[in-house]
Amino acid sequence: MELILETLGLAESAQLLSLSPPGWGANLLRGLVNSLKIAFGAFGFGLLIGLFGAYGKLYGGPVLRDLLAIYTTVIRAVPELVLILILYYVGTDLINKASSALGYGRIEISGVVAGIWVLGIVQGAYSIEVLRGAIQAVPPGQIEAARAFGMPPIMTMWRVTIPAMMSFATPGLANLWLIATKDTALLAIVGFSELTLETRQAASSTRAYFTFFLAAGALYLIVTLCSGVVFAWIEKWARRGQPSLREDRT
Amino acid sequence: MPTAASAKPSPESDTLGEAIQVEDLHKSFGSLEVLKGVSLNAHKGDVVAIIGGSGSGKSTMLRCINFLETPTSGKITIDGEQVEMNADGSPANRRQIERIRTRLAMVFQQFNLWTHRTLLENVIEVPVHVLKVPRTEAIAQARILLDRVGLGDKADTFPAYLSGGQQQRAAIARALAVDPNVMLFDEPTSALDPELVGEVLTVIRDLAAEGRTMLLVTHEMKFAREVANHVVYLFEGRIEEQGPPAEVFGNPQSARLKQFLSSVA
Repeated sequence: MELILETLGLAESAQLLSLSPPGWGANLLRGLVNSLKIAFGAFGFGLLIGLFGAYGKLYGGPVLRDLLAIYTTVIRAVPELVLILILYYVGTDLINKASSALGYGRIEISGVVAGIWVLGIVQGAYSIEVLRGAIQAVPPGQIEAARAFGMPPIMTMWRVTIPAMMSFATPGLANLWLIATKDTALLAIVGFSELTLETRQAASSTRAYFTFFLAAGALYLIVTLCSGVVFAWIEKWARRGQPSLREDRT
Repeated sequence: MPTAASAKPSPESDTLGEAIQVEDLHKSFGSLEVLKGVSLNAHKGDVVAIIGGSGSGKSTMLRCINFLETPTSGKITIDGEQVEMNADGSPANRRQIERIRTRLAMVFQQFNLWTHRTLLENVIEVPVHVLKVPRTEAIAQARILLDRVGLGDKADTFPAYLSGGQQQRAAIARALAVDPNVMLFDEPTSALDPELVGEVLTVIRDLAAEGRTMLLVTHEMKFAREVANHVVYLFEGRIEEQGPPAEVFGNPQSARLKQFLSSVA
């Protein structure tokens, strides 16, 4: 192994990326874990906003619908980098103002929580539209059948609408998840040590920019590939009962 | 209208024997009045066939009975329990209408099976989740019902892999699973290929023979004549004529009904 690296001239890189202290590998992995934590939390938070928002947009009153329209329009109109700066500084500022008004001192806000909050709000706006489209694609007869048999609205949502819309929503949600994993890199700008910031620190300390950014790129790629496998599995499950377009249909 | 006498509800007499009472039902979609005051009584064990041309309001009337459509005005009584309505006709008490709906089972023109669930899961869905029947019990019952409609071997198949006739028979099994007091059939064979109609009608005929109360909106005149004990002819949102099938089909009084029957024969 070492011989191969030696002949390829990669021995130095391997040393830099090693997990034990002289190498920076552990830092990168810690950054990756933080990135994934935020991506996962933001995606989940976004889904929650998306589900309620989609129902609000479809069935809510005029005021709620207008508010949601403003939310989705504004969030989707402003570049994410700008939104992250605004939401991060405004959010932390508001919390600190509130805490000092209540007589507490400055609160140290966890980077992960702030990241989830900021990216979750961005994700929510896109989720609303993905889920709204998916809900509208559910054949109305299936929801009507649930009503006709006396299913209460919440049960209809959980038992009929959500399972039936999953197959329509999965491709869009998979996109959102991948965007979430990569948007975490934008949090580097507010000093949160996710993968990109850890990489930059490692690179600038060692001057080995190419090695570290290539390694970070590989880590993002691995995340994407694994996500692809998971989402393929989810989509297969969500599409149960629907004949594949490729199968010969008689 | 030669039919007013028999259509008049008689609240005092045998309310217990009434499965469905509809009084002066109106329904408008915007400015279009689809139902212009329809009254209908179905006793327990009755098989009422509702016939009429396209746009006569027959499906709307059926859908108003379980409030899938909100009536504009009128009075609907199911098993002696009057549905509480707001001034605009919407159900005033959601729990009441949900409870009543569990006793009315509907079979739709487009089957409306839940496509992400197997036939067995479709049939046990309402018993398990709405009626809170123990799962094992519901499954045993569902297998009996699927056997009964000739789909015992398809229990674990998804609806999309079945023919229309099979899907509709599964939908009937789903409706039977709630052990309904009244079954509502909304043109159950209209979406089927001609060669599949027979298998569905056979199942419905068996249900009629065992004394199930049914309201049946249909275009199958021969079938209506054979299974119904009361036939209602709707024309432009009003009951034009009603009576026993032998009368309605054999000796129609109104000119419109005569014309309708000759056009579909």
